Amino acid sequence: MLVHIPSPLRSYTKNQSEIQVDGDSVQGLLANMDKSYPGIRFRMIDEQDGIREHIKLYVDRKQIETLNMKLNGTETIHIICALSGG
Amino acid sequence: MAKKTILFVGTRKGLFLLTSDGKRESWTLSDAQFLGNLIYHVQPDPRDKDKVVIGAKAGHLGPTVYHSNDRGATWTESTSPPAFPQAAEGETNAKAVNTVFWISPGHASEPNKWYAGTSPPGLFVSNDNGTTWEPVKGFNENPRYPELAQFDGTPGGQMVHSVIINPADKNHMYLGVSAGGVFESKDQGKTWDPLNKGCAADFMPEPDPEIGHDPHCVVMHPQKPERLYQQNHCGIYRMDRPDNKWIRIGDNMPKEIGDIGFPIVVHPNDPNTAWVFPMDGTEVWPRTSPDGKPAVYVTKDGGESWKRQDKGLPSKHAYFTVKRQAMTGDNANPMGLYFGTSQGEVWASIDEGNSWKCLASYLPEIYCLRIMEYED
Repeated sequence: MLVHIPSPLRSYTKNQSEIQVDGDSVQGLLANMDKSYPGIRFRMIDEQDGIREHIKLYVDRKQIETLNMKLNGTETIHIICALSGG
Repeated sequence: MAKKTILFVGTRKGLFLLTSDGKRESWTLSDAQFLGNLIYHVQPDPRDKDKVVIGAKAGHLGPTVYHSNDRGATWTESTSPPAFPQAAEGETNAKAVNTVFWISPGHASEPNKWYAGTSPPGLFVSNDNGTTWEPVKGFNENPRYPELAQFDGTPGGQMVHSVIINPADKNHMYLGVSAGGVFESKDQGKTWDPLNKGCAADFMPEPDPEIGHDPHCVVMHPQKPERLYQQNHCGIYRMDRPDNKWIRIGDNMPKEIGDIGFPIVVHPNDPNTAWVFPMDGTEVWPRTSPDGKPAVYVTKDGGESWKRQDKGLPSKHAYFTVKRQAMTGDNANPMGLYFGTSQGEVWASIDEGNSWKCLASYLPEIYCLRIMEYED
């Protein structure tokens, strides 16, 4: 699957803005991302599997709130950093 | 060999290094590292002059820890940053680390050990120089820990800070929780007891609570570890162990200044000498220099008396805020003293506070200053 990486996380992906990752669920996809790019998951997802306050995850342009969603391998994932103010 | 000094400046938008020689008269400001990242604490290793550990996060991203083995030239991220255990299904009070607020080196006899204090309140330990971290269960799962939750709501989040290891006893530790109080462990963190007797908690409904106090900064004298000082939300205190009652030495400050502030710094060789940076703690708590006239206050008699030190600082219309990690000293003779402001200025005195000069301006809001001294 194609995963779009926002700039704050590209230090983990060797500056790639798009990566290919497999997974049969969002949870599995994030685990595989962390295997390829160690440390990236914890910056997005806390230790209780909560999506961090200023991170938004989209599957095929629909925002998801939990990591349980199943994937069939054809989806496109967007990771968005959402922060306002100085 | 020439003596070198590095002043690490942790800010809301990155890390900066001010470097100087042993004279400390001329300083060079580095480019920003971690630009845009919040650097809550920078801690050089007194056991190894090359090592530094920092607690950081980015605006969008979760908290992490970086460590350097070359005095801040290059950094490596922790592979397992401080994190609470994953809660069991259905557990309602699951905690997630929001900030790694405090970093402390372990005892000299344990050269790879470090401690981290977090928000929400948590104590974590690393036994491999900051590469991996694990919870200190004795604190995080203490039966009294749930009581701390009632004191949450402070502007910067409730956090663990001032993690102190007694240089004479590696098992003897202190820490502060804002808000929550000072706690002591005599078994390297397995068990903890409150240490707040004598300390005011004016904001609490109960007149003399056992916990719930708001220590802003707690320090131990490195050569006389029984001597503790505390800058609290409700005054300046001293304690000489084995006594277990804080004495309010801030009552000896000028009444028009008061004894509210964030940092407190001790002289490395004189347990009776300490500095504070008073702030306005009246009405809605501006947390700025009283009357817009910034000054450091020093005691040289353990808090019996205080003297104003403001030579070189602005004489009026200057509303400095100096946070708890943003004031520090070096080990030179005479001692150098440094503070950083929320307006991004770094001020230094190389004559123990008698006169001050500005080393850097226009930096981001300063969270932390720490000194590394070495010979090259």
